[in-house]
Formats: sequence, structure tokens, C-alpha cells
Amino acid sequence: MQFKKSLMLGAAVAGLAVTGYAAAAEQYIGLPTYRVGAYAAGGTGLFGGWIDYMTMVNERDGGVNGLKLVWEECETEYNNARGVECYERMKKGGTTGNTVFQPLSTGITYSVLDRVANDKIPLVTMGYGRTDAADGRVFPWVFPLITTYWSQSTAKIKFIGMKEGGMDKLKGKKIVNIYHDSAYGKETIPVLDAQAKQYGFEVIHIAVAHPGNEQQSQWLRVRQEKPDWVILRGWGVMNPTAIRTAARTGFPRDKIVGVWWSGSEEDVIPAGDGAKGYIAAGFNVAGTDFPVIKEIQKYVYAKNMGNMEDKSRVGSVLYNRGVVHGIVTLEAIRTAQTKFGTGKALTGEQVRWGFENLNITDERLKELGASGFLPPLATSCMNHEGSGKVKFQQWDGAKWKVITDWIDSDQALVRPMIEESAAKYAAEKGITPRDCSKEM
Amino acid sequence: MTFFFEVLIGGLLSGVLYALVALGFVLIFKASGVFNFAQGAMVFFAALTFVGFTEVLPGWTGLEEGGSAVFWLAFVLALGAMIVLGIATEKVVLRPLVNQPPITLFMATIGLTFLVEGIAQGLWGAAVRGLSLGIEDEPVMWILDRFEMIISKFDVIAAAVALVLFVLLAALFQYTKVGRALRAVADDHQAALSVGIPLKHIWAIVWGVAGFVALVAGLIWGARNGVQFALTFTALKALPVLILGGFTSVPGAILGGLIIGASEKLGEVYIGPYMGGGIDSWFPYMLALLFLLVRPEGLFGEKHIDRV
Amino acid sequence: MFYREAGQFKASYREDQQIFPIRQDRIGIVAAIVFFFLVVPLIANQYWLQAILTPVLIFSLAALGLNILTGYAGQLSLGSAAFMAVGAFGTYNFMLRMDGIPFLVALVLGGLCAAVVGILFGLPSLRIKGFYLAVATLAAQFFIVWVLVKFGWFSNHSTSGVITAQHVEILGYTFDSPLSKYLLTLAVVVVFALLAKNMVRSATGRKWMAVRDMDVAAEVIGIRLMGTKLQAFAISSFYCGVAGALYAYMYLGTVEPEGFNLDLSFKILFMIIIGGVGSILGSFIGAAFIVLLPVFLNVAMHTSLGEFIPANIAANLELIIFGGMIVFFLIVEPHGLARLWQIAKEKLRIWPFPH
Repeated sequence: MQFKKSLMLGAAVAGLAVTGYAAAAEQYIGLPTYRVGAYAAGGTGLFGGWIDYMTMVNERDGGVNGLKLVWEECETEYNNARGVECYERMKKGGTTGNTVFQPLSTGITYSVLDRVANDKIPLVTMGYGRTDAADGRVFPWVFPLITTYWSQSTAKIKFIGMKEGGMDKLKGKKIVNIYHDSAYGKETIPVLDAQAKQYGFEVIHIAVAHPGNEQQSQWLRVRQEKPDWVILRGWGVMNPTAIRTAARTGFPRDKIVGVWWSGSEEDVIPAGDGAKGYIAAGFNVAGTDFPVIKEIQKYVYAKNMGNMEDKSRVGSVLYNRGVVHGIVTLEAIRTAQTKFGTGKALTGEQVRWGFENLNITDERLKELGASGFLPPLATSCMNHEGSGKVKFQQWDGAKWKVITDWIDSDQALVRPMIEESAAKYAAEKGITPRDCSKEM
Repeated sequence: MTFFFEVLIGGLLSGVLYALVALGFVLIFKASGVFNFAQGAMVFFAALTFVGFTEVLPGWTGLEEGGSAVFWLAFVLALGAMIVLGIATEKVVLRPLVNQPPITLFMATIGLTFLVEGIAQGLWGAAVRGLSLGIEDEPVMWILDRFEMIISKFDVIAAAVALVLFVLLAALFQYTKVGRALRAVADDHQAALSVGIPLKHIWAIVWGVAGFVALVAGLIWGARNGVQFALTFTALKALPVLILGGFTSVPGAILGGLIIGASEKLGEVYIGPYMGGGIDSWFPYMLALLFLLVRPEGLFGEKHIDRV
Repeated sequence: MFYREAGQFKASYREDQQIFPIRQDRIGIVAAIVFFFLVVPLIANQYWLQAILTPVLIFSLAALGLNILTGYAGQLSLGSAAFMAVGAFGTYNFMLRMDGIPFLVALVLGGLCAAVVGILFGLPSLRIKGFYLAVATLAAQFFIVWVLVKFGWFSNHSTSGVITAQHVEILGYTFDSPLSKYLLTLAVVVVFALLAKNMVRSATGRKWMAVRDMDVAAEVIGIRLMGTKLQAFAISSFYCGVAGALYAYMYLGTVEPEGFNLDLSFKILFMIIIGGVGSILGSFIGAAFIVLLPVFLNVAMHTSLGEFIPANIAANLELIIFGGMIVFFLIVEPHGLARLWQIAKEKLRIWPFPH
């Protein structure tokens, strides 16, 4: 019957899935990539950067303190069900099983959220996913590292305040928040509302329906409202369309501040000249002038081992973000090695400890050749975010230019909100939060 | 009031561009009765192939980058690719499925969608590209000066191009031999066959023309949104136009496009704020749905009479 | 020879009208059920239970729902994922807001919510047909997802806009291991599949098929179109709703409204067309095919060409082969894979003397 058929097919799949791995000390990392479909441009860049960094470390240092990195790709097509399948398939990969899962997709993050605690695999979501997972007491296995949407939203307001000449100058100003009409897009609305009350500015939220390839009406409304600033919380094709429509309706681009998913080359190039002056936040910066990128070019691309087909994308925002993923993941492994020893592959549980005790200082960043490339990062049992800092970059028509130093977020505002939301989740799920004072 | 007209005219212009995408659906449905789901993918494929050629051609031929020679050569090559794709689809996918129920043909075009998307991104890579047609996307100045309305120059020109295309196609259908054959096939496949119209050629022509329409739509939408996978989503804008205008009517597509474009914008601006906004994902569909309740065959659709 | 009905006499109406009139079918079904309840748990590992079998079962149920509507009642719909979302969010809210409600009750109530919404969006089917109706059901798809995103009440004002499945407890037993989730899903799916099988051979099913084949003729012989079509929409949506709730509770755990997007609707449509329109068995085969094929291609690509060609090309090649296979199967067997099983049965019946 049909099941026998599927089972036979399945047997073939299972047979193929079990591929041997050498028993030597190798750190296995499963990569749920997406190289086809609507988000392929992002997927190829992000995973390309990440893979290139790992290749570089393998080539240059022979791995992390001699621990060679191996990885396996699994195509998710940015689809939740495929992502879960990849997660389950790679769970038992290598000698230790998968040791870190970073889906680079909010949907897949949610889909595996319940699974990671059982399987003891840290789930790392840099700059996406569940904001309240920054509360490590409720989410021991989830790491929304570097910065969350809420943190960056407060950083944006800080940036706007700076531009206006002080936070007190925000009073009476008008800010329009153009957001992708989805769970992702709506996430910062409560934070913006809270800050509007705090600083006395007015905020107007305008939704753009997915996919957002036509925004005439939204921007005509913006024109009518005559705001001082526009915050763009876009996704995919919505970004270039927004910038282009802004140009068409005459809204100054240097008064538009985008989130990092609106701040890559892919978001501005299609908008053409209209994108000149547009500003976006980022927890990493673009460019090839960093020693770490130079090393990648020297050890990887010079030997023709690079992952990017289009080499001109090396140094782009998304590629560099992939490198950040590589750096942070490898630093977590390194941190874990200080406790669990080198020379053998680490388990997911051990790597989790590494993620929870990260301390990437400025000095360390310098050693890594990544000064100013990503913000310094220190995590703890309480705080799985670790930094909250972002830089702002401006598009000059050809490339991104960094225009600020790391801008801190308003943790006094964000942290209680995170804790409240996490507590609500804990109550719904019947989770007892960890007692961090007992954690080592 | 100015604002109202600004929204209205902007909406009408976008509506013409929706109609352009819808036109590809109509052509194929009219001639072969296939609801071609792959139309969105074809728009993407056409635009990507065009941009891909503009990138590689200067290297191959030594022509000046960004020059008009490259533009037209790439256009011709992309058109050739679309025609080859159309003919191959007819030969490999549709001909073996003649006389199958419409849903099977529909499904086959979904399979085709994956194929086309895979080929497009496999050949040219997944990177997002900009596309400039040399038309500034800026307000038309004298309208801005006189009426204080912002009407995009790009949209005006694009809509004009689309309208010219509509007129050309209508003339093709109405006054040429091929056009008569096309209409005959659309009316009744078997009757057309029996009077000696070569069905295979006609289908190949229709798919070729649909490829051409996809290319024009791809260039215009590609210049608006960038040449990227999201171009396939333009099909979602075209679908309510189709049900409103009827699957088989070219004028219906235009009028449907205008209605959908205008009401979508007006709806978003005047009704949206009361409902939290973002309603233009479903508003055109609801509108088309309500319209269909009154007139089930769409604006100009053929009235369907059931015989028992 | 292996599938002979000869010698199986029906001595009463009761016997003539049983759900599986042929003995071999009865044995086959019982064997399959026993196999999946008893043998699979012994031999399948966690990966198979969690990543393959459970989703295949859930998608089968959704496909079954759509098949009732499209395959039996002839109404094309592209809104299945939205009805799944209604089921998932409905079940979530019943679990959340009614203390101590048993999961199965919430599941059925969630399904009923989907049924009500289904009836609402089924109303246009009284006037609109074919692809017009299909496109019109997209209104349901976009509108429902929009409502679930827009109004925080549905997700209990979660800041992330997602719902998190509560723990499922039946008679004091907590369903959290992959095996228990698989078995619960299997039990629900088996019950509903048998119900569907029973339904489509009853007066209800015959009415649907009459409407599908020609609704004017059906009306002439005294079938009330409105009731029949809406009934099909309600039952189909109910199935989809239950599948959606299982998708959230037994498979993903945490879901966002956007998870139930148009792609998922299309996927379910693929399942029934590839599996077989108007076939219960086809829903299962189709679901298995659509879930397994991409995985199989991915694994096959990694173990064969993956080493030699760039990952981007390999991934696109998988997509191309997937599309090609769909077209290929449609050309080879336009009536779906279930039809192959039919043909196999015919062959088995007359084997080894085909003439």
C-alpha cells in the first residue's frame, strides 16, 4: 500500500542519510540553508559568509584550537516543515550530534523552539526570532544574540534623538513606522509606543501587506502626515519598493531609518539612485577593509575554496553578517573549550555553556581582526542577548558607509518588557524559570 | 480633494501594470484553456534573463556596458529564451496532457513553476539586481506645479507602454489571419482543428506572445521592484484582476486592472486606517468576490450556459 | 489471483453495504493499521517519527479535507492553509480560555470553528465555479491570515504574534515524546479517514459527486445545491482545521499565522492532484510524496553530486527535478498515483492469466 511505498522510499532516504564521519575530533555543525526560492539572495549571502569563515579557520588554524570544523547543509527553502525536517535530520549528525542550530528564519525558529530543550541543542537567532528569549532563565537553550528587535528599536530612537540634537528635542516630533504586516513587523509597536510616551513624540504606524511590492497608498499617507522621520521595518521586496516610493513621493531618504533586514545591498540596489542617503541599522557593517575579511580572501578565495559564486558579494552586509555568525559560533566553541577541554568534539550541551558565557571584548575582537565589525558581546544566564548595540550605515549610492559608532539600546525600558513577556510564556507553558544564582 | 485624485490616479496607473501581468494569463487561458500558474515565474525568468544578458554581453561581444546596443540585444535574446520556453512548454508539458481536466493542466503549470524558478536562479544566481530602463522615477513636474499632485513619470510611461501593447495585441487578434485563428481556437478547439487550423502552431504562438508579455511585464516590474524572486508575486496582484475582468477577455483585464488598482489604493487610504491597515493583501480579492456574486462570469467573461 | 473477489458472496444488504466489501481490502486495512500502530513504533527512530511520519499524517488529513471538497464535491479551493490556521488558533484559544478542557474536545471545537468559517467562505460557491471560485477562495486565505495577525486576541496578545501549543494531556498522560505524538496523530487521522471513507460512499458522498459531475443535473434530480455545497465546505474545513490543530500541537509546537501561508495551501493542493483527486487513499499517497520527495532529492543530491557542484546549483537542481517529476507524473498518470494502485489491483486480480 501507499505506506509500504513511502517506507521503501524512506529506507532509501535513511540509508543515504547515514554517512560515515571520521572519528577524529571534528566539531559538527548542521546548516539549514536556503539557496532557492524567495529568500535565496539572503540565504546564499548569509550562509556563504558563515561557511567561508569556517573554511578560513580550518585552513589557517586547523580548526578551533585544533578542533576541525565540519558542516553539512540541508536545504529548507525557508519553509517551516522543511526546516523541522532538516533539524531532525541533522540532529544526529557527526559524532556528537548537531551542536548548534541557526535557521536564519523566524518561522523555523518557532518551529524548533520546543524541540531544542529536549535535544540539548542551542538555538542561536542573531537579530531575528523571539525577542523575549533574551531572558535566559525561561529560555535556557535559545540565544537571540547581539541584539533583538526591541533593543534595536530603542537604538533607532536614540539615533534619531542624536540627529535632532538630544533626546529632549524629540518632543513634539512625528515619526512614522512603516512595517511589514506580519508578526515580525508588528513586534516593535509596543516599544515604539512606550518610547513615544516617554519622550513625547508622536508615532504613527502604517502597515504594508506582504509582499509589499506596491506601496503608493502608504507613502501618500506618509506625505500627508509630513513626519520628521520614517522608521522602515521591512522585509524582502518591501524594502526597495519603500525606498523607491519614498523617492517618488519626495520624502527625504536620509530621514528614513531601516532595521537590519532592510539594510543590505539587496534592499537598496533595486531602488537605484533613489536610495542615496538612506540609513539603516546593523549589528555588523559592510566592507572588505577588515582583517578578518582579508584573511578569508587570502586563505579561502585565493585557493578557490570560496562558497560565493559571485565574489563581488564578499563584504556585502549579508555576507558579513554570515561571517559574524561564524565568529560568534566559533567563539562559543572556544569558550566552551576553556571549561570542557580541547582536543575532542563538544556536545550541544557544552556549546550551550559556551554561548551562555561568551565574553567577546574589544581586545578579543581586535585579535579576531574584527574591530568595529561587530559589537563586543558578553552573555550570562540572565542575559542571552549580550550586547544590544548597533551601528548605523548610510547608502551613498554605491556602498554602505558607517556613520555612527556603536549605539547602545535602552535596556531600562526593554529588559522589563522582555521579562514580562517571557514570564507570560513560562506561565503558558508551565515552565519554572531557572535560578541564575545557582548557575555556574 | 487633491489627495483623493492623487491616490486615484496613482492607483489607476498601477492598475494598468497589474493588467499587464493579467494579460499573460488571459492570452493563454483564452487559447488553450490552461490557467497558467507559471506566469509569475515566467515574468521573473524573463526579467532575470534580460538582466543576466546585459551583464554578460559586454564581456562576450565587447559592446559598451549599459549602451542601447546591449539593451536591445539582451531584449532580443531574452525574448528568444521566452519563445523557446513557450514552445518547449507546449511540446513537453501541454501536448501530452491534451484533453485532461483543467485542474490537471493547472497542476502541470505549477510543476512548471518550480522548473522555471530553478532554472532561472540556477543559471543566473540568486543575487538581487537593479534594473534601470533610463526613465527617471520622479514626479511629473507640471502636474506637481499646477495641481500639487505627485504622479510618477515612470508609472505614466510604463502605463503608456502597456496600453500600446494592449492595442497592438487587440489589433493582432482582430485584424490578422493568425488572430482569427487564435479566436477560432479560443472558441472551440475541435471546430478549429476541423477547419484546418494547426492547433500546435497556434499554441506555440500564444505561448510565445505570452512570453513577450511576460518580458515586458518583467522589465517594468523589475525596474520598479528590482529583479528578484519577488517578481513572481506580481501574479498575486493579477489574480483579482482576472476574476474581475474574466479569464478570457483582454479589455476585461484592462478595465479590471483599473478598478482593482484604484480601489486597492483608495481602500488602503480611506478604509485601511479604521481596520489597522495592511488590507491591500485581501481587499482586491474581497472586492472581486463581491462583484462575482452579482456577475459570476466577470466583467466581460463569456456567459456560461449549462446544458444538462 | 491475489485479489479475487470470486467466492465472496454477499448474503445480506448489511454485508453488501459494508465499508470495505472485499475481504482482501479488509485484511489490508487491518494489517496497515496494525502495522502503523504496533510495528512502526518498534522500528522507526525519532527522526522518522518526528520529521517524516507525523507531518505526513497531518498533511494527509488536510489533503483528505481538501479532497472532500475538490475531489468529491468538485469545488476548487486555494484556502486550505487558512482553514488549518483557524483550527490551530481555535484549538489554542479553547485550551487557553477554558480551564481543564480535554485536548480532544478542544481539537474538535477548533475544527468546528474552521467549519463555520468554511461555510462563510463557501457561500460564493453557490454562484461562482471553477477557477473563478479558486481565485475567490484566495480571499479567505489572505483575509484569515490578516485577521489572525492583526488582532492580538487570537494569539493571546503575544508580543511575537505567535501561539505556543500548551501541553497535551489525555487521561493524565502527557503527550510529549515523539512516539506518543505520532500515535495520537495516527489515531486521530485513522478515525477521520475511516469516517471520510464511510461518508463518501454514503448518500452524502453520492450527493457531492452528483454536484461535482454536473450541478444543474444534480439540482434537477432533487439535490439541494446550497446545502450540499456548504456541507462539503463545512466538512472539508473541519478536516483542515483539525489538521491545522495537529500541525500546531503535535508537530511544530509554536506557530505564527504566516506559517499558514499560500504556499502551504498550494502544497495541499499538490498532494491531492499528485495523489489522486477523489480518492481517500490518494490523499495519503500524495502527502507522502510531496513531503518525502524534496527530502529524498536533498539527501540524494548531497550524497551524489553534492561534493562536485556548487551548493547553489545543487539546490536549484533539486527544485528543477522536483518540478520535472510533478510534470512527469501528471503526464504518466493524470489521475494521480492512487490510480496506479487501482491498476495494480486489476493486474493482481487477473494475474497470471491476463486474458
